[in-house]
This record gives sequence, structure tokens and C-alpha cells, in this order.
Amino acid sequence: MQKLFRAHRIAATCALLVLAGSAYAQDAAPMDAPAKASTSEAANAGATPIAGDEVYKAFHEQAGIQRVMDDFIVRVTTDPRIMARFQGANLPRLKILLVQQVCYLTGGPCVYGGRDMKDAHAGMNLEAKDFNALAEDLQLSMDKEQVPFRAQNQLLAKLAPMERPIVTK
Amino acid sequence: MTVFKSICIAALSVLSLGVAAEANAQGMLVDSGKLLLTQGVTTVEGSSGGGLASWATISGYETGDGIGGNVHETYVGLNNYTLQDFGASVGLFNRVEFSYARQEFDTGATGAKLGLGRNFTFDQDVYGAKVRLIGDLVYDQDTWLPQIAAGLQYKVNDKLDIIHAVGGKSAEGVDYYLAATKLFLAQSLVVDATLRLTKANQTGLLGFGGDKNDNYSPEFEGSVGYLLTKHLVVGGEYRTKPDNLGFAKENDWWDLFAAYAIDKHLSVTAAYTNLGDIATFKNQDGFLVSLQAGF
Repeated sequence: MQKLFRAHRIAATCALLVLAGSAYAQDAAPMDAPAKASTSEAANAGATPIAGDEVYKAFHEQAGIQRVMDDFIVRVTTDPRIMARFQGANLPRLKILLVQQVCYLTGGPCVYGGRDMKDAHAGMNLEAKDFNALAEDLQLSMDKEQVPFRAQNQLLAKLAPMERPIVTK
Repeated sequence: MTVFKSICIAALSVLSLGVAAEANAQGMLVDSGKLLLTQGVTTVEGSSGGGLASWATISGYETGDGIGGNVHETYVGLNNYTLQDFGASVGLFNRVEFSYARQEFDTGATGAKLGLGRNFTFDQDVYGAKVRLIGDLVYDQDTWLPQIAAGLQYKVNDKLDIIHAVGGKSAEGVDYYLAATKLFLAQSLVVDATLRLTKANQTGLLGFGGDKNDNYSPEFEGSVGYLLTKHLVVGGEYRTKPDNLGFAKENDWWDLFAAYAIDKHLSVTAAYTNLGDIATFKNQDGFLVSLQAGF
């Protein structure tokens, strides 16, 4: 029965393991690789950026996003629901890519240097509950940075559809 | 009786939480993977949705890999009546929902004025089933496609004599509905529109079909909610109804609600509810309070 429903995995709820996968991009191009054309940039980052820079500012720009991700990496790697998913990950690199990705998606002046969401998470057998647990951790990190709820949701709206390439199990 | 039911609900809640914890400990099907409030709350008919409108959501916090469920108790205090409602629902793999609700519509002192006797109570059992057809409430943020589900509610009222006396045709009926629910996450808005085919008078509390009309009517119910925080959504609902009985006009229902999810196991809904005229008594408005526990 479970298998049956697995086929319809457009199930459940919010969010974004999105981010986590970048950790597994060990073989990806160097982060300081030259920016690609903007369409492939959006393809790799998983979504087009939010128009304008209001949301980016609501995240307190690059410094704020950096603080969010400092907190987030600690959270996900100590969250008993998903910590095992980060075993052996290159966490410093993951954090850099996450900052780039969120900066880019919120309309900030950043380039995302990681692989696309499908490649980045290939073989991880991630489940919807992993994706959603990670989203909940991100919400807590955004809360801590005092990112307004509406701006949080604007980012989550960009991340939510990434469930499709990321959740494969 | 009421106290007894409350105790039952409390016991069921504790039991369901216990089952959830146990299942989690064993790595079973309870994943509680949905985000807060994304299962909706429990309607007065037992299905997941708003307070009055059934949505396309599937009960419980499970993802496509698990099971979830809820028990609920709802109290609606109106000017001349009270409605009490309790029940349970289960969600399977975020795909199928089964629900049961017991409604007790107490006419209180009004019962004597209606010639029914003080505290005359209409009881109704509502058995619901719903299947999610397409779309995902949360993930589908890059498309206009809503989450769409089809459902039915089989309702059995225990007061056939009175229903016949006021012109109603039957004490049993089946409602069919098609619900479309869309979360506009970037706008922090959730919107539902549901089409219901029904013969129910006052949702079945006064039976099904009537002297004025005994055919199915297409009716609309819908909700708009604004997410203020992860835990809190406020909004309003509207529900149209048939007008099958000659003895008393039936009005549309509406409410203004706030639903607060304390965590994934407990949520509270409060609403100002306006149910219009009911059985010749005008302007039945008042407050709805609903408690829901689950996993």
C-alpha cells in the first residue's frame, strides 16, 4: 500500500531539503567559478529569485543570511530526525552554498555556485518528512534572526517546489 | 453526559498521542512530517477543513509515507440552540481520509416553544470519506494548481418522526463534494472553494429533502485564511445551503475564525459563527470553540 502511494509522492507539506544537498556537491565546480548565464543559474538554484530586494533586506542582507545559516547548520546536524543525513558532509562548504543560494533567491547580489537540486541530492533517498523537518529547522533559524514571517514564507514558497527533484524515496 | 464525553475525548487524545509516540519509537508509519496547520482543522461534519467548509486537505500530520489522525470536540453556542460535536478521523498516506462525527443539536428551552419538549435533541452521525485527487497544498507553489479532493459524507439522523412532521423526506442522506484548496505561501494565504451536492436541511440536523424541494442542490462553501504566524491562522468562511422545508426558511452560514496550533498534537479553534434562522428562530449566531488532538 505504501509503495502504491509512494508513486504519488506529491504528498504532504512544506519546505526544502534543497539546501542540505548542496553539502554533497563535493565534486562540483569550485565555488568561485565564474557566474553562469542567469537561466542556468536559476536552474541550479532551483528557482528564479524573488523580484526586488525587499525580502533580501528582510533577511538583513548577506550578514543576516550568514547568521541564519550558522544557526541552521547547527540545528540540522543536531536534529535527531535528520542529523544522520549530514554524516560525512562538507559542512563549511554546505554553509557557503546555502548562503549563496538563499542570498540569490531572496533577490540579493549573489551567485549560486553549486549543482542543481536533483544532482545535489541524488542517491540520498530523501523522504518528504526529511524535507519538511529541514524546513522546520530553517523556520526556527529564521525566527532567531527575526526575519518577519511573511518574508520567511516568501522564501519557503521558492523552496517548497524543490520537494519534487529532492525527495526521491 | 457532556462531562462523560469530554472525558472520553480526553482519554482518546491521550491514547492517540500514546499510540503516536509508540509508533514513532518503533520507526513505524507515524512521521508527523507535515508542517503546522497544513492539515487544516476539523469541521463540524468531522472532515478536515475549516470550521464549516470541508477542504481538500487530508486529516493528520502524516506525509505520503505515513498515517495520521485526530479526535475533536466542538461546541457551538447559539441564541436558541447548542450544537455539540465530537469525533475522530484518520489520514492514510496523505491520500485518503476517513472520519466520523457525532452531532447533538440541543434545542434547550426552545424545544418547549417548538412543541418538542425542553432539551429535545437531534442527533446525527456523519461518516466521511475523502480522497486527494491531485495537487499538493504546500509543495505546489510554482503552479496555480490547487490541491483537489473528492469526498462524501453519509449522514444518519435519529429523529425521523420530527423530520417527517416538519416536511422533511428522509432521516438519511449522502453529501458529495469536490474541494479545491490552495496555499499561497508567498502571500501567507490559504483559500478553499468547495462544491457540495446535498439534500440536507441544516446540514442534516433537520433531515434530508423536503416539501419544497427533494432534489440535490449544488451548494458552495469556502474559506479564506491568513497565516499570522506558524501557529496562528485567522479568516472567514461562507457556506450556502438548500432551502427545502416549507415551515422555516434556511439561511447561509458564515463565520470568522482563529485557529491556533499549540504543536502538532493540539490545536484550538474559536469562531464567531452566524447560522442565520433555524427552525423559525431568527438570527442564530454565537461562538464556536473546537479542540483537536492528534498526530
